[in-house]
Amino acid sequence: YLLSASGDFVKLHSVATEETVRLLRGHAGLVTGIELNPQNRLQLYSSSLDGTIKLWDFTDGILIKTFTVGCKLLALYALASFEDSVFVVIPKSGERDSFQLVSVKLTKAAGQEIEAKELSVILDGVDKSPKHTAFGREGEYVASVKELELQVYFFKRKQINRFSLSATSAKGGNNRFTCIACHPKEDCIATGHCDGKIRLWRNFYHNKEYTFSTLHWHHDIVMDLAFSVEGTSLLSGGIESVLVQWHNGSDCKKDFLPRLGSAIECISVSSDGTSYCTSHTDNRITIISSNLRFSRSIQGLIKARDVKTGLVVDPRTKALVLNGEPGHLQFYCLQTDKQLYSLDIVQQEYIHQEGLNQLDLVKVAFSAQGKWLATVEEREDDTDLELHLKLWVYDEETQSFKLNTRINMPHEDHITAMCFRDTDEVEDDSVMLVTASKDCLFKAWVIVEDTDPEAQQSLSWSCDFVGSYHNYQATNCCFSEDGSLLAVSFEETVTVWDSFTWDLKCTFCHPPGKIRNICFGRLTCSKYLIGATDHGFLCCWNLLSCALEWSAQLNVLVLQPDPLSEHIAAISCISKDSSLFVFKPNEPRPICIQRNLCKEKIQFAIFVPRDIPETTGSEKHLWLRRSQIFFLTNTQELMTLSTKSPEERLTPSSKQLAVEESLPMTPFSLLLGKHRHQKSQEDVDLGKVVVHSQHNQDSPAVKELLHTPAHVLPSASFLCPIFINSLLISKENKSAEEVADEVEMESKDSEDDSDEERDITEIEQYDQRPMDFWGETTCKLSKSEEKELRKIRKIDYSWISSF
Amino acid sequence: RASYKPVAVPAHPRLGEKVTQDTLYWRGYKTPVQIKEFGAINKIDFSPVSPYNYAVTASSRIHIYGRYSQEPIKTFSRFKDAAYCATYRDDGKLLVAGSEEGSIRLFDISGRAPLRQFDGHTKAVHIVGFLSDKYRIFSGGDDYSSNLWDIPSAAEIVSYNEHLDYVRCGCASKLNADVFVTGSYDHTVKVFDARIKKSVMTIEHGQPVESVLLFPSGGLLVSAGGRYVKVWDVLKGGQLLVSLKNHHKTVTCLCLNSSGQRLLSGSLDRHVKIYSTTSYKVVHSFNYATSILSLALSPEDETIVVGMTNGVLNVKHRKPEESKAKSQNKRRPAYRTFVKGRNYMPKQEDFYVSKPGKCVLRKYDKLLKSFQSSKALDAVLEPQIRLCTPEVTVAVMQELNRRGTLRSALAGRDEKQISLLLTFVTRRVIEPRFTPILVTVADMIADIYQPVVGQSALVDKQFLRLQEAIGKEIDYQEELLEVLGMMDALFATLTKKKASSLEENKSNGLTKTLEQDTSH
Repeated sequence: YLLSASGDFVKLHSVATEETVRLLRGHAGLVTGIELNPQNRLQLYSSSLDGTIKLWDFTDGILIKTFTVGCKLLALYALASFEDSVFVVIPKSGERDSFQLVSVKLTKAAGQEIEAKELSVILDGVDKSPKHTAFGREGEYVASVKELELQVYFFKRKQINRFSLSATSAKGGNNRFTCIACHPKEDCIATGHCDGKIRLWRNFYHNKEYTFSTLHWHHDIVMDLAFSVEGTSLLSGGIESVLVQWHNGSDCKKDFLPRLGSAIECISVSSDGTSYCTSHTDNRITIISSNLRFSRSIQGLIKARDVKTGLVVDPRTKALVLNGEPGHLQFYCLQTDKQLYSLDIVQQEYIHQEGLNQLDLVKVAFSAQGKWLATVEEREDDTDLELHLKLWVYDEETQSFKLNTRINMPHEDHITAMCFRDTDEVEDDSVMLVTASKDCLFKAWVIVEDTDPEAQQSLSWSCDFVGSYHNYQATNCCFSEDGSLLAVSFEETVTVWDSFTWDLKCTFCHPPGKIRNICFGRLTCSKYLIGATDHGFLCCWNLLSCALEWSAQLNVLVLQPDPLSEHIAAISCISKDSSLFVFKPNEPRPICIQRNLCKEKIQFAIFVPRDIPETTGSEKHLWLRRSQIFFLTNTQELMTLSTKSPEERLTPSSKQLAVEESLPMTPFSLLLGKHRHQKSQEDVDLGKVVVHSQHNQDSPAVKELLHTPAHVLPSASFLCPIFINSLLISKENKSAEEVADEVEMESKDSEDDSDEERDITEIEQYDQRPMDFWGETTCKLSKSEEKELRKIRKIDYSWISSF
Repeated sequence: RASYKPVAVPAHPRLGEKVTQDTLYWRGYKTPVQIKEFGAINKIDFSPVSPYNYAVTASSRIHIYGRYSQEPIKTFSRFKDAAYCATYRDDGKLLVAGSEEGSIRLFDISGRAPLRQFDGHTKAVHIVGFLSDKYRIFSGGDDYSSNLWDIPSAAEIVSYNEHLDYVRCGCASKLNADVFVTGSYDHTVKVFDARIKKSVMTIEHGQPVESVLLFPSGGLLVSAGGRYVKVWDVLKGGQLLVSLKNHHKTVTCLCLNSSGQRLLSGSLDRHVKIYSTTSYKVVHSFNYATSILSLALSPEDETIVVGMTNGVLNVKHRKPEESKAKSQNKRRPAYRTFVKGRNYMPKQEDFYVSKPGKCVLRKYDKLLKSFQSSKALDAVLEPQIRLCTPEVTVAVMQELNRRGTLRSALAGRDEKQISLLLTFVTRRVIEPRFTPILVTVADMIADIYQPVVGQSALVDKQFLRLQEAIGKEIDYQEELLEVLGMMDALFATLTKKKASSLEENKSNGLTKTLEQDTSH
């Protein structure tokens, strides 16, 4: 197993299957450190900013104990030689930006909530980053670095040795410490520095006669260091995204694993030494076998440096498409929180180096059926601009996009908008792409067919029409639903063109302010054109009368029409708080107003069609029936609006808990990875799960059953009756537990009503703080279940009430 | 896992003609042989039998040339005035020619004196030919009549007086011995049947007809006149199939190639155009020094002979097929080494383990992979790459620029290398696709080596040449802009919208970057 701290949660991943097996939730703040219990390898300590240390049984996902320390915990260390205490980094009381390392005595008192107040300061003036402190061989000493100073504290002698470096070396390097690691067997400390050097310190028992040797390969900051289990090799990683393995601490023998995708943030080594794992800045964990072979990676939504493409939905897979790895386009499946695939657009070697201008993907558009994909990449130098427009065609054979046409410098300046003509016709000749650019032109591109039968590629794109309007910069473009009209906004003016004859039909202008967004109404409202200006006006023009229908004062940042209904979502930003307005173009009154959406600025929004239209839902949420809205904030958090109130969403899980008291739940995904030999036992488990699903009406077990590979399933004759049974609606469902839940719900309903709707699911959360991982491959099932489950029940309720 | 991505060298679409099978085929001729005749060459005719001699009618003589001979192997010169249209019979034994004085003469190839003389036309006879039964001759004259003659008796069989102007061209059907076609300056082509006393079909061409041609199948008729070449469907009663307007002067001659797949037309505009007979598109064209009057293609397309108005006969021979005998001399590996293991059929329970294909990197890619930028630049400045594929050199320069190491790669070079770099830049900077990056390179070189200017005469000379090249280009661009302005004014007067927009985006890539370059 692999454990990772992610936001408020600790995630347990299976190394074999990459799947998230458990989500340990309970912390109210960011989890800052996780550490296996040295006494019991199946238990886990976690520390959080909420000031608690929690002890978990991670295989079953049970919270065993909570120790309340009372102040922010910034890092956590646990050692085998200190049985009843752990070490944490806490802010020094009274001083800002000053931190100390303290040991916390963990009493063995009974009960779940324990106050841990016995703190003893060990080191003063440490850095808050957990990478800046490390414990040496068998806990004999602790070493910590801050800025330019290395301090080592020996527990036995109770003595501190301090070593400091000059700020810059003779060759102009930057000597600031960035990370530290201690040799597990010898007295040796490795430190990483800002200029890419790694120093190995020895003989640091003496204040004067210490020695160090230098290893230098990285050209930029060393982000993390780790020794292998036996200490024979040292691993280092940095922005170059190359994992370097140094053998025996010598400069000459080293191995590399290059092209890991993005900068390495953390490195950890599994306790049996068979695998390493690195975490990256782009929200990914890579598992690497000990011979430096890439083994697999755990990834969700890849965090791009800057999402310039916005959110786009692939019409074919319904996946969310946005910038992924540099130069790549990621197709992210919203339902499973997984990356479907990553398409290399730029097709160039990415150089991981600070301050380089590299080709970046800025615009993406799909044609209506998803057959064509258009991408724009640009690179801006101080002198010139490099622009490429690429058109990709979907290849049925390879199930992927293939490059069809590449147009260098389609415009003289940045492309501001791009859209396809969304006609439902299948023929290629009706497909048209329009690009609007700051060079005051918009261009229409069409497919031309090469008549020469000998040519290999018969279809290619070429420019069909170039339009401009009074030499204003074109800022937006948009096709009407039937594709007959094209609206292009030129600074303050919106022009409407006939897309077949290229006649300028009419212009709209609503003075003050330049047009920020435009879109056409859909379905019954297709005669309206909506525009938002940067002076805080939302205007609706009637295309039939060519007159302003209505306008409202609203500072709209994002304007997004729902492809399946008439609704249009507008997100406005008033003094930091974002609000969502949903309206139909035919009436100026919004259907839904959602204030205080989130604290961050929302950059993009998109409607994603649902697979199955939502059946339930109050009048208020009618607009979310056929599609779901997703937002991306400028900290790259992806959010969605849920139609259900928080309680409604929680009940299934608490219901599950109620069931769990009688039957332990064992997901198949868990079984798959680890014990194939326990087939007979599995059969029993399977039965249990399926029976279990009887209680959960939306039956995840049925889904699991269908998603489990056939070769691990028992015979169909055995499964069939259980499966059928599971589909029946049982009457005994209304257990006492649920009644209790309902009571709770009511109590919470009395809370702030507007807050209730503010239920935003954070699908993926990125935190800039480091995560810690411990590889753990041993596994065991079964505990004294009854006792612990009872505990969970209590805990879980406390967690609900904390909501 | 992603592996190293080699530098992408942008493919540049080749402007102008595409290299098709046709261009390759029609380019496969040697440099032409020029033979001077006494007057305008009005007819060239190949003997249908081997060794494919050809008869050239010019002025008052008929010359017979052998395939590779530059001198005539035989001459018929019994004409008082100009001779016209010397044509072989199908068996290659007889030759018939018209003349200015109105008589038609029949010659034996081996003899010298005419075997027969047909008198009856009152004016010059410009067209004579054999019908496919070999015993009759048709002719057309400036007296507006088309006649049919019997060879054994040297008597006129029938005379058609249907044309209203000079009859200047004609053609006999290969399938039907009774059918022949004549074209006249009265803008019509008429089809005659020897069994009927009247023409059976009249086709209105629209211009004075200079040449007609029947396809071997007899179903299609091609007429040339004015600037047009028109193809008619005879079987549909003379319906116009296609009208080709590819010449800008009168089309004077037509010819089919041996396979019947291509149609050639020669014109006074000095071009020979080759059309595909399926699509009727021009697939190739030849350029000649002067206006073309006559054209002939030998069987198997071995030779193209073109006659000009100034009496020059232009003969092109096909290059011999390149023999592959050379490569076969090398000992090839045995067949079984190729099929080794390939013919193994996987069994059902076998796992297929694919061997990853070895990725071969170019030398500069290897160097770039290991971040040796200076050496990578050296690698692409090797003469072979620099001269043959400058786009590779420029792509690597661009890659280095992207990596931010271009400056260090350019720095620290000796006199010879700088001079080499500057030569390359000077030569290529004016190519629009290379301009942006090479301007940066030139900028950097000027920057880096500014302190040492004046120390080496060679480098200084190169700098001056670069300056000169850029200055020239700027002048040129300014001129182009002027032209563009004039064209814009012209287009503005026309109300056509489309044309102006298309012209606009053609020529503005280069100007801006070069404007910045004036600072040098």
